[in-house]
Amino acid sequence: MSAASAEHHDHDDHHGPAPGLTRWLYTTNHKDIGTLYLLFSLLMFFIGGGMALIIRAELFQPGLQLVDPLFFNSMTTMHALVMIFGVVMPAFVGLANWMIPMMIGAPDMALPRLNNWSFWIMPFAFTLLLSTLFMEGGGPAGGWTLYAPLSLQGGDSFAFVIFSIHFMGISSVMGSINIVATIFNMRAPGMTLMKMPLFVWTWLITAFLLIAVMPVLAGAVTMLLTDRFFDTSFFSAAGGGDPVMYQHIFWFFGHPEVYILILPAFGIVSSIIPTFARKPLFGYASMVYATASIAFLSFIVWAHHMFTVGMPLAGEMFFMFATMMISVPTGVKVFNWIATMWRGSMTFETPMLFAVGFLVMFTIGGLSGLMLAITPADIQYHDTYFVVAHFHYVLVPGAIYSIMAATYYWLPKWTGNMYDEKWGKIHFWVSTIFLNVLFFPMHFVGLAGMPRRIPDYSMQFADWNAVATIGAFGFGFSQLIFVYVVFKCMKGGEKATDEVWEGADGLEWTVPSPAPYHTFETPPPIR
Amino acid sequence: MSIVSRWLLAASALLLGGQSALADINMPVGVTPISKEVYGLHMMIFWICCVIGAVVFGVMFYSMFKHRKSKGAKPADFHESTTVEIIWTAVPLVILIAMAIPAAKTLIAMEDTSDAEVTVKVTGYQWKWHYEYLDSGISFFSSLHPDHNAARQKGSGVDVSQFDNYLKEVDNELVLPVGKKVRFLHTSSDVIHSWWVPALAVKKDAIPGFINENWALIEEPGVYRGNCTELCGRDHGFMPVVVRALPEAEYDAWVAENAPAPAITESTGAAATTAVAAVEEDADREWGLDELVAKGEGIYNTNCASCHQANGQGLPGAFPAITGSPVATGPIDAHINTVYVGVSGTTMASFANQLSDVDMAAVLTYQRNALGNSVGDTVQPSAIKALR
Repeated sequence: MSAASAEHHDHDDHHGPAPGLTRWLYTTNHKDIGTLYLLFSLLMFFIGGGMALIIRAELFQPGLQLVDPLFFNSMTTMHALVMIFGVVMPAFVGLANWMIPMMIGAPDMALPRLNNWSFWIMPFAFTLLLSTLFMEGGGPAGGWTLYAPLSLQGGDSFAFVIFSIHFMGISSVMGSINIVATIFNMRAPGMTLMKMPLFVWTWLITAFLLIAVMPVLAGAVTMLLTDRFFDTSFFSAAGGGDPVMYQHIFWFFGHPEVYILILPAFGIVSSIIPTFARKPLFGYASMVYATASIAFLSFIVWAHHMFTVGMPLAGEMFFMFATMMISVPTGVKVFNWIATMWRGSMTFETPMLFAVGFLVMFTIGGLSGLMLAITPADIQYHDTYFVVAHFHYVLVPGAIYSIMAATYYWLPKWTGNMYDEKWGKIHFWVSTIFLNVLFFPMHFVGLAGMPRRIPDYSMQFADWNAVATIGAFGFGFSQLIFVYVVFKCMKGGEKATDEVWEGADGLEWTVPSPAPYHTFETPPPIR
Repeated sequence: MSIVSRWLLAASALLLGGQSALADINMPVGVTPISKEVYGLHMMIFWICCVIGAVVFGVMFYSMFKHRKSKGAKPADFHESTTVEIIWTAVPLVILIAMAIPAAKTLIAMEDTSDAEVTVKVTGYQWKWHYEYLDSGISFFSSLHPDHNAARQKGSGVDVSQFDNYLKEVDNELVLPVGKKVRFLHTSSDVIHSWWVPALAVKKDAIPGFINENWALIEEPGVYRGNCTELCGRDHGFMPVVVRALPEAEYDAWVAENAPAPAITESTGAAATTAVAAVEEDADREWGLDELVAKGEGIYNTNCASCHQANGQGLPGAFPAITGSPVATGPIDAHINTVYVGVSGTTMASFANQLSDVDMAAVLTYQRNALGNSVGDTVQPSAIKALR
């Protein structure tokens, strides 16, 4: 933050930020890189959101009004790739950059140059990806899962998509190595693993998941690349390959990826709820163990995305039972958050509102996830809007709300100014109302039989699709309030205290607001 | 009907325990023993989730109203309780086991395809289905109904609400008997599709190189509609499934009427009742340019227009144009080869098994002499017949 750097020339001027644009290009400072990640994520949020609005506009009425079906498919594909790899993951990495060193009493990330590189790969990766939309034949249109053989039918732009996924993977793996190295090596003396804030714990586990599965994705898409351009037949049945193998490999990456998108959110909510309940987290140790259990289980449930591909009965049984098991540690987490709130002394500032919104709506998404685990029922739900409703409930009020909550929670620490509480609350309520108008009806049309990824539908689905589209535009435009609040706060406002929140606990609240360019150059004492 | 009145209707139906008004917002009960079991499972989990939700949210909202600072709540300091942790781990586990047992039973029943009386092989194509009755030898393609296909084109200007079953009507319906166990074999000729009829609770991926199976025992005559549910390219949303379940006697009559004498008929567009002899005769005679072009237009719109577009302009970069194409205006043998064999590594499939001799000759001639092309030559059905 420029405001942050300007204020702290008193003791840091010997190596403060470089002037001008080169500061951002050459920076190795964890706070600068965190800011870059977060702003990048915000930009991508609006690009991915714009794609979602094209999808919803076409689905407003039955019949094809606006786009060609091929372009529609490319919008659903790109929307997912941008939101997953361009919004949620970079935002979490940005938060990790900003907060992990400050939470464990470290002066910076362990590998600052690697940190710079892992961010600056991202704009190139997404330029490659988004440029395919302007190439002959259009962007990828086979779904973000890139299932072979369909994805192999695309135009030559497919190579750009593959390379951009490689870049994103490299960036994620480097970022994760950095986070693991930081957490293991840079903790202040006395900061034992079981004293770390839960955000640090959940990110440590997430980083291991990323290191484990991103190479798997890279392998899968490389095989697609050689199948498409070098006449191999990994996934082509005519050449002796196996199209189902692609799905197994993809979802071996894909299911842990789902938890990569939600575990840091658990950490954020576990930080915010105790602050605003003014009461310590109910079961710290059990939260750590529950996170680790979820991470372990995420490796053995991948084929629940594939119950219709024709697995042996024993396989279907195994994946059904394993999937149902995930609800146990997830339940432990939800119960822990509620027990933390119980008999607390709660106030509902914007971060808490988003955390409670997370808790309620993530639980709704979790419950529909439990329904999806029941294989015979899943066969009816599979690839319908019921699934779309489910994963949007866990990703939007789940992952996205946690990122919003984190932003409001730590923004005063980053900028030194309080954000506009009134507009923050308006942002929450408007978003939450429209979000439910948008996603809740998807349960209905899905159960009634509307498949996903279709540009046109039967009359029976018309009413609820119109409702969802209204919700989509409302939700999309209400995010402009967020941008307004954030930039207003960056420019000025009521000065924040060091502690910011009355019930806040943790090392990040012991440093001045805004946080100096360099914090904890000497390790803080740990109680 | 307005949204509000539907809401009210749905809410009142929910209170009265009615089913009909819920059709638009809930899973259909269906017409097979399996679909009814699946519906029962679905409702059971749904209500369990509702109860869990009510308890969890009840406690949470109670706490949020009671334990707020503005009401003078003082924070307690309790945390870490092994007893509580064990309880809230064990109770969900018990609930899960209670859910898993009936689910496993249904799953075992779903996978038991033994003792089927009728077997239908279902093959997915971009973007239509092919049905082959292995017992009687009847086989035909089933595509989106031509009227719906015309209406769904962008800028068609057709009000789609005039159709009773918009996008869920086909040219040739899959006819099945009531009260007999029908086994489906699923495969695909190109990319992965998925054949779904909600009322039968049958959804299975059609995967090239694999043959998947499942089954249905339909208990009530009727028409049951579904879709392809696995993204399969541009027209994924436009390959519906329509099953017509007939009482056994009517079904037997349908089979008797349509079963081919010795060989298998291939037919598109027209009803599958075309007599084999007539097809043979047509393939041998000399056809005129105009009648081939006239016949070719419908074939083109059903089979080619999805990619190459109804006006023949294609989609640049994705699907080549027919108008002015070096293939469609070039040497006739290369043109025939492109359609008969397909182009490997692209979406262009082989149409050798998809089109009859006459149909292929007609569509080739149409491409050479319509859509802005005027080569002036014809492809005779006998030339296609000679290739086989």
